[in-house]
Amino acid sequence: MRALTKKNLMILGSILLTFIIVQALLLVGILDSFHEITISTICINIILAVSLNLVTGFTGQLSLGHAGFMSIGAYVCALISMRMMSTQGFLIGVLTGALVAAFIGILIGIPTLRLKGDYLAIATLGMAEIIRVVFLNLEITNGAAGLNGIPRFTNWLWLYFFTVTAVVLINNFIKSSHGRACIAIREDEIAAESMGINTTKYKVIVFAISAFFGGLAGGLYSSYFYFLKPDLFGFMKSVDILVIVVLGGLGSVTGSIIAAILLGLITTFLQSFTAVRMIVYAVLLVLIMIFRPSGIMGSKEINDLFKFRFGKKEERIE
Amino acid sequence: MPLLKVEKLTKSFGGLTAVSNVSCYINKGELVGLIGPNGAGKTTFFNLLTGVYVPTSGTILLKKEGETIRLDGKKPFQVTKVGLARTFQNIRLFKDLTVLDNVRIAMHQNVRYRLGSAFLHFNKYHNEEDVLKAEADRLLEIFKLSNKKYELAKNLPYGEQRHLEIARALATKPSLLLLDEPAAGMNPFETAALTEIIGWIRKEFDLTILLIEHDMSLVMKICERIYVLDYGMLIASGEPDEIRKNKRVIEAYLGEDVSNA
Repeated sequence: MRALTKKNLMILGSILLTFIIVQALLLVGILDSFHEITISTICINIILAVSLNLVTGFTGQLSLGHAGFMSIGAYVCALISMRMMSTQGFLIGVLTGALVAAFIGILIGIPTLRLKGDYLAIATLGMAEIIRVVFLNLEITNGAAGLNGIPRFTNWLWLYFFTVTAVVLINNFIKSSHGRACIAIREDEIAAESMGINTTKYKVIVFAISAFFGGLAGGLYSSYFYFLKPDLFGFMKSVDILVIVVLGGLGSVTGSIIAAILLGLITTFLQSFTAVRMIVYAVLLVLIMIFRPSGIMGSKEINDLFKFRFGKKEERIE
Repeated sequence: MPLLKVEKLTKSFGGLTAVSNVSCYINKGELVGLIGPNGAGKTTFFNLLTGVYVPTSGTILLKKEGETIRLDGKKPFQVTKVGLARTFQNIRLFKDLTVLDNVRIAMHQNVRYRLGSAFLHFNKYHNEEDVLKAEADRLLEIFKLSNKKYELAKNLPYGEQRHLEIARALATKPSLLLLDEPAAGMNPFETAALTEIIGWIRKEFDLTILLIEHDMSLVMKICERIYVLDYGMLIASGEPDEIRKNKRVIEAYLGEDVSNA
């Protein structure tokens, strides 16, 4: 592995540093439990947004059903960790939830990904609704009353670990030939197919990867907020995730991260102004879309901008 | 058997028969032209060969390493895999991607590392990506695009976009290259340069080429054999000199009686 380049070491360093700083602030108590909820929401939203961006931003398939995959991960993780009350149980729950979500992603992806654009959006919307209704009617998920008393194992360490892992893995995928094949589908499906890319296969693969990480985020969510009900994963949740993706920029991993952090902070800040909260939030969204119609980052990554500025255009892609 | 053999190929869209009962062949190493007036069904014929359309009837056979492979009914990516590559009449580059990525994407079918390496960037990933990049560089060198490899494809001038399309098609390592109006929109100077490049890549990559073209100076100069389509039917075939004198071809292009004028 050529992992030990200067650039990678610097990235690793800053990842560790961020972890240590936040961990220290949490221990000292400068960041209280209210801040911790914000941080957790941001981390979960980063995983959700980056994984949805893989489907919608990079592969160009508009999905309105990401909350469906999240709910699968959440319920599976909750049901497992309620029976195995240990960190191992939690980890098994999170990973099983993610795998089940990926499996459902494949099952749903095969028929729906033949559709394009608006039609696919509606099909995925319907699929998320079906998942919600199933959870609403199952005995084991306790229906509309929801699941209570899910053991809480999600903490800053696990959140950060899973967020970093998800982002790194998805980013690596995008930078590979397989990732480029997906981007080609977004650019021109007919040309992509004529260049030897099995577009159906890659759409399903990407859908499954995205569902996997969506399920992962769901698992973390259930174990952090220890309460689940099907209504949490309705259409609006899917839209919330899509808003982060569009706001950050379709086709930009760092854009999704920045947007997730930004919206997390804005929401927290606005909590003190309950009456006008939603209005201010909506106005902010509208303003951002007017002034940056392609999102905060467009399709660029944050390191593109730096390299551009210093004129090292040659290295932009590597 | 020739490299490509098409037998009684027909494609109907509802009541319209766009390609009707066309049989033809292409020998290995040949450079064959496909001409005909607008709407004659040339591009439909290409789309049938490359799997974009499914033929109503007829067969398409390609010889590959001694085996004969049926192409009709295969999907475009499968057709590309057995060695047919194409360019598009209305350029279909990946516009918002770099020149280098356009070529690298076309090399994807020969990539052997799997998803695991893609996620974790194992050694395999780095080794293959290095090879990929070197090969892409070599292709771009040929088309004089090396200094623009980090430009977005949409920012290239028209002529270079056409070149990039050919480079991208070559990146799939085809044995048969289909060029759909490669000289469309080019000035005589650019067309001459293109003619030279086509001749050169043919030798360099040991290619067989079928090209659709309206520019007769190009067709007559480089094609060894020519097929002429009109209203979906094959009306003539032969060497450029025969085609030039063929009465039905002249009628198809210019209307009846004009040949006497």
